[in-house]
Amino acid sequence: MTELKAVSPAAGLLPLSIGGVTLREDEMRPLTLIAPYKGQEAALAKALSAAHGLSWPAAGATSANGAARLVWFGRNAAILVGVQAAAKLAKHAALTDQSDAWSCVVLEGAGARDVLARLTPVDLRDGAFPLGATARTEVFHMACSITRLEAESWQIMGFRSMAKTLVHDLKTAMEGVAARAL
Amino acid sequence: MRLEGEGLINRGRKVSFRFDGHSYEGFEGDTLASALLANGVKLVARSFKYHRPRGILTAGSEEPNALVTVGTGGSQDPNVRATVQEIYDGLEAVSQNRWPSLDFDVMAVNDLGAPFLGAGFYYKTFMWPKVFWEKLYEPVIRRAAGLGAISGDPVTDKYERGFAHCDVLVIGSGPTGLMAALTAAEAGADVILAEEDSTLGGRLLSESGEIDGVPARDWAAAMAERLAEMGNVRIMTRTSVTGAYDGGTYGALERVAHHRPLAKGLAKECFWKIAAKRTVLAVGALERPIAFQNNDRPGVMMASAVRAYVNRWNVAPGQKIVLFGNNDSIHDVAADLLAAGVHIAALVDSRADATCQLDVPFYAGAQIVGTEGRKALEAVSISRASGVEKVAADCLGMSGGWNPTLHLTCHMNGRPEWNEAIAAFVPKVGMVPGLIAAGACNGAFSTAACLGEGVGAAQAACDALGLQAKAPKRAPEMPSAEDRPYSIAPLWAVAGKGRAWLDFQNDVTVKDVKQAAAENFRSVEHMKRYTTQGMATDQGKNSNVQALAVLADATGRGIPETGTTTYRPPFTPVAVAAMAAGAADKGFAPERFTTSHRLTVAANAPLIEAGLWYRPSYFPKAGETTWRQSCDREVGYVREAVGICDVSTLGKIDIKGRDAGAFLDLLYTNMFSTLKVGRVRYGLMLREDGHVMDDGTTARLADDHFVMTTTTAAAGEVMKHMEFVSQGLRPDLDVRFASVTEQWAQFAVAGPQARDLLNGLLDSPIDGESWPFMACGDVKILGVDGRLFRISFSGEHAYEVAVPARYGESLFQLLRARAEAMGGGAYGMEALNVLRIEKGFITHAEIHGRVTAFDIGMQGMMSKKKDFIGKGAAARPGLVEDDREMLVGLKPVGAVKQLLAGAHLYNDAAEPTRPNNQGYLTSVGYSPTLGSYLGLGFLKGGRARHGGIVQMVDHVRGVSTRCEVCHPVFLDPEGERSRD
Amino acid sequence: MRIACPLCGERDSREFSYKGHALALERPGEDASLAVWDDYLHNRENVAGVTQELWFHDFGCGSWLVAERNTVTHEFGAVKLAQDVKEARA
Ligand SMILES: [Zn+2]
Repeated sequence: MTELKAVSPAAGLLPLSIGGVTLREDEMRPLTLIAPYKGQEAALAKALSAAHGLSWPAAGATSANGAARLVWFGRNAAILVGVQAAAKLAKHAALTDQSDAWSCVVLEGAGARDVLARLTPVDLRDGAFPLGATARTEVFHMACSITRLEAESWQIMGFRSMAKTLVHDLKTAMEGVAARAL
Repeated sequence: MRLEGEGLINRGRKVSFRFDGHSYEGFEGDTLASALLANGVKLVARSFKYHRPRGILTAGSEEPNALVTVGTGGSQDPNVRATVQEIYDGLEAVSQNRWPSLDFDVMAVNDLGAPFLGAGFYYKTFMWPKVFWEKLYEPVIRRAAGLGAISGDPVTDKYERGFAHCDVLVIGSGPTGLMAALTAAEAGADVILAEEDSTLGGRLLSESGEIDGVPARDWAAAMAERLAEMGNVRIMTRTSVTGAYDGGTYGALERVAHHRPLAKGLAKECFWKIAAKRTVLAVGALERPIAFQNNDRPGVMMASAVRAYVNRWNVAPGQKIVLFGNNDSIHDVAADLLAAGVHIAALVDSRADATCQLDVPFYAGAQIVGTEGRKALEAVSISRASGVEKVAADCLGMSGGWNPTLHLTCHMNGRPEWNEAIAAFVPKVGMVPGLIAAGACNGAFSTAACLGEGVGAAQAACDALGLQAKAPKRAPEMPSAEDRPYSIAPLWAVAGKGRAWLDFQNDVTVKDVKQAAAENFRSVEHMKRYTTQGMATDQGKNSNVQALAVLADATGRGIPETGTTTYRPPFTPVAVAAMAAGAADKGFAPERFTTSHRLTVAANAPLIEAGLWYRPSYFPKAGETTWRQSCDREVGYVREAVGICDVSTLGKIDIKGRDAGAFLDLLYTNMFSTLKVGRVRYGLMLREDGHVMDDGTTARLADDHFVMTTTTAAAGEVMKHMEFVSQGLRPDLDVRFASVTEQWAQFAVAGPQARDLLNGLLDSPIDGESWPFMACGDVKILGVDGRLFRISFSGEHAYEVAVPARYGESLFQLLRARAEAMGGGAYGMEALNVLRIEKGFITHAEIHGRVTAFDIGMQGMMSKKKDFIGKGAAARPGLVEDDREMLVGLKPVGAVKQLLAGAHLYNDAAEPTRPNNQGYLTSVGYSPTLGSYLGLGFLKGGRARHGGIVQMVDHVRGVSTRCEVCHPVFLDPEGERSRD
Repeated sequence: MRIACPLCGERDSREFSYKGHALALERPGEDASLAVWDDYLHNRENVAGVTQELWFHDFGCGSWLVAERNTVTHEFGAVKLAQDVKEARA
C-alpha cells in the first residue's frame, strides 16, 4: 500500500561532532503553540495543570513535567513540547499544531556556549540564562528559540525551511571555536 | 642589535620570517618591528606622498610609518603595522608604496617636487578639465600616492563575529586596568579585560621601575595570573576596543590568528560586540613627536619606543642614541638605556632649567634643528645659545609629552578639554554614558596615580551597579609605586627652515598647516581636510595635537579656542571582512528550502530565488534546449492534463478566536465575517496610506478559525502588520494568530484532471458537489490529516492540497508520479507565471507598493459597509483619478512580437521620450495557449483604452513593439474552467 | 544600542525594527477628514529631545513596543508594550 513517508527537517545533515561540541537533531515530537484568549490566562493555567501537570511559564522561562515541557515562545504564547495538547485546552487558548514547523537541534558539550555566542546577541551567562531559561532571539540571521536544557546543553529551534542554514551557521561557529583550542 | 637582558622574548625559541624576500631570525615574543630592528633593518617603508624613506616610529598600534603587507591573494592584508604584527615561523611580509624596491624607489622623485605637492595641491591642480579626473588624475595619483593595496581576490580567510556581555568592561591592562579589573572582580562583577597587546601589563612591560617592591613587569605578570584564576574575569588579549556606541555597546577586534599560521576552521579575526553595564577606560597615553627639520628619517623614533625595544625586546635600535624632549620621561629612558649598556650620544632637553644626574652628554635648553642621512639617520644638529653642534647618531628618541588616549571617550560626540598643566587634552566626565576614564588616559601619569584611579573607577562602577550588596567589597591593598609629578614645557615645532613632519602617515608638514591657515582654512576641521592631516589610517594619533597647536599659533589663538577634531570609530583600522564576518557566501542570508527541494534538484531544475526561498524555474526534459520549450510544455500540463507545483512558500497564517472575522474585516478591503465555513474568498489588503499591501485567499475552516494565505514576498510584512493592528490598534479584539507557513507543505494540483488525480490519494473521494470552486476543508490523504482548498492561480480546475511538512517530500513525489502517468507533471515558476498572466492574476510585480485598488481595477472590492485599513486614505483626491496608470493587458500586433517587462509605453505616434511616458510593463510571458506574447502593465487611463494601440519601447534593450491594449484577463474571462 | 523589552529584557537593537512615532496608535475613525488622515499618515514633529516611538521586537517576542527615546543622546527611557499603552487609553 502507498503511504506517505515522514522526513525530519535536518535529515541527512546531522549529527556533527567538532572539538568537544556535538550538534544533533532532536527527535520529532509534538509541538503545539498555545496562545490564551482574552481573559483566559487563569483558566488556561488551571486546565494546563490538570491536563499536563504544567504551569504557565513566565517570560523567558519553561516548565516541565516528565516528557512534557512548556516553553515560553514569545508574547502571549508558549509551545508545548513532547505531548499532544489536551483538546479541552482549546476552550481557553488558540492551539496551533507546529510539530512540523520547527527544526529542533541540540548543541552540547564544553564550549557549546562559546559556539552560541558567535551567533546570538543574547546574554548567555549563567546569571542571565540559567538552566531552564529560554529566549526568542536571533541566531545569525534567523529568528530562533533557544532553551538551556542542561549546563552545557542548549536546544535551538529554527524554521524548518532554514534547517540547512541553521546547521551551516552552527557548524561554522563550532569549527571556529574548536580551532582555537588547537 | 640584540642586547643581553631579561626581556619578554623567549631566547630558547628562534623564529624565522621573511621581509621583502630576505630571511631573518627573531625570537618568540618579537614583533616584526622588534625583530627587524634586532637585525639592523631600519628602512621599512616609503611615505605616502613623497616616498620618503621611513623607519619604525613607535612600538604600538599607533605606528604611522612601518606598514607592511602580509599574505597574498585572498589572504592579503595591507597596512599591517609591523609594531603589532607578531612574528611566527613562515611569516612573509613585504613593504609598500615603492617600486621597484624599498631601497630604490622611482617615485621618490616626488620628494624633489615637494614644493608643488603641499597642502591643497590636489584641489588646486586637478580641477580642470572635469573629465580628466576619473580617467587620468585619479588613477595616476592613486598609483603615485598610497599605502598598501588589497589583492582584489575574494577573501579566503575566515572571519568571525561574537557577542559578549559583562558587568564591567575594563579596556587596557596597564597599572590602571589591572587594578580596575581586580577591584571590580573582587566585588563580584563579571569582568571583561580587553587588551590590545599579546600580554597583559601595558606600559609596565616596557618600563623599569617597581611596584610593591618587585619589578613592575613581574607585578603585572602576577596580577595577570591572579585575574586569570578568577572565575568571573574574562581576559581578551590581542583585542582592540575600536568603538564606543549607544547603550554601553562596544566594538572590539580580536586578532585571533595574525600571530600564527592559519589552521582549518580558525578565524583570522573576530569582531566582538560587547555589551557592558559599566566601562573603565584604562588605555594609557601616547607619546607625541616633536616637529623639527627632517624629523622623519629612519632611526628617528619615539623615546618611549626606544625604551620598549631595549627593555621588552632587548633590542638596541642604535649604537649612538640621542634623546630629545621637553619633559622628564627622556631622563627615565636614558637611565634604562645606560642600565642596558646602550651608548647615549646626547641627552637634549628643551627646558632651560632642566638638570641631569646621569653620566651622559647633557644639553639643557637645547633643541634638535635638523638631521642627516637619507636611508638611515647619521647625525643630528643640536642648537643652543652657544651655537649649533652636529652630533653623530644612528637613532634619535624624541618626546614632546604625552596625550591621554581618549579617543573612545569622543565616539559619542563628546569633546575633551584642554589641561594646561600637562599640555594635553583630557576627557570630561560622562562623555560616554557609563564609561569612566582612569589613569594615564585621564591625565594621571604617575604609576601610583594610575593604580589609585584604577581602584577608584572600578569602585564607582560597582557602586553604580549596586554590587557591594552582592558580595562584600574588599578594598584591594594599594600597592606602592613611583608617584613623581609630571613636568613639561610645551614644544610643538622647532623653529627653522625645511620640512618638519607632523603627520607621518599622510606626509603633512608644519608648513602645510601654516599654509592652510594663510589661505584662511582656520577652523581645525577645515585645516584637517585641506592638508589631510589626521585622515590616514592612524587617524592622526601621532599628530593631531601638534598640528592644532601649530594652527593655533598661526592663527593667533590658544589651543582650547582652536579646539580639536572629532575622533570616530574605529580606534584602529578594522577590515571590512571582519565587520562582515560570516556573511559571505552561504552566510549571506538564510536559504529557505521547500520540502520538495531535494527532488527538485535531483530533477535538474534550475532554481530561482524568491525572497529567501529557492524555487524551481522549470523542470527540463531530455531533448529540450531552451527554457521556453520546458515552460511551454509545463503550461500545457495545466491547460490540458494536470500539473503539480510546490506553493508552500506562500505565507500561511492560522487565525483563531471569536473576533477572528471582525479582525479580518479590518485587515481586508472586502468582507470576511460573512464567509461561510468551508469556503475560501480572495482578499485585498491595503496599507493605511491606501495603497495595496498584499492579496491572497483566506479560508474559513470553522466559525472561529480562518487560514489566510499571503504572497511569498509579503509574508513577513503582513505578519508584522497583523501584529500591529492586533496589539496597537485593536487589542480589544479576541483573536490569536500564528504563522503555519513552515508547518504545511502545500501543492497546487491544477488542470482538467486534477480531481481524478486527487481522488486516487484521498481517503474519501470528492466530487463537484462536495467540493465546488472555492471550497475548503480537512481531508485525509493516505491516512494523513491534511487540508484541501479548491482554489486556482491558473484559471483551471485546480486545488491546493496541504500536509504536515514532514510528508511534503513524499507527497510531492507521489503527486508528480501520478500526474506524469496522466500526461502531466511538475511545473515551475516560469510556467506558473505564464499561467497567471494568461488569467490576468496579479503578483508583486503589479502590486509593487505604488498602486491602489483603483489602479488594479479592484475598487469594487473596497467595502462601503465597514471600516478597513487604508479606507480613509484610499479615498484621497489623486488616488482615484481617471488619468491614473491602470492595469491593462497588452498584446503585440505589429511586426515585432516581443514584449519586455520594465519597458515603457507611449502613444502610438508619439516620440518615446520621458515627457510622453504613458505607463510601463510589469509582467510578460509567452502564452503557448494563445500563441502570443502577453503583457500586464499600467497605462494612463488604461481601462478606457481597451482596443487602442500603444507602442512599447525598451530603451535599454532597444526593442520597440506595437501593442493592442486589452482587458488584463486574456483567457477564459468568465472563469468557466476553474468552476468545471 | 540596547532596548529593554518588557518581556525579554535588555536586548541588542539588531533584534528590533523601527516604525516611527507612537501616534500611529491613534488611528482616526472611519469618518475622519482628509486633513486628519494627512496628519496621521504624514505629519510628524521632528523633536530634538524625548519622543515616543514604536519598535517591533521582530527577532524576539513579537511585541510592538512604545519606547521613550531621546533623539539627541539616543538614550532610552520607559519601554512599554503597545498593547498596554493602547488599552490604558481606551
Ligand atoms: Zn521582546
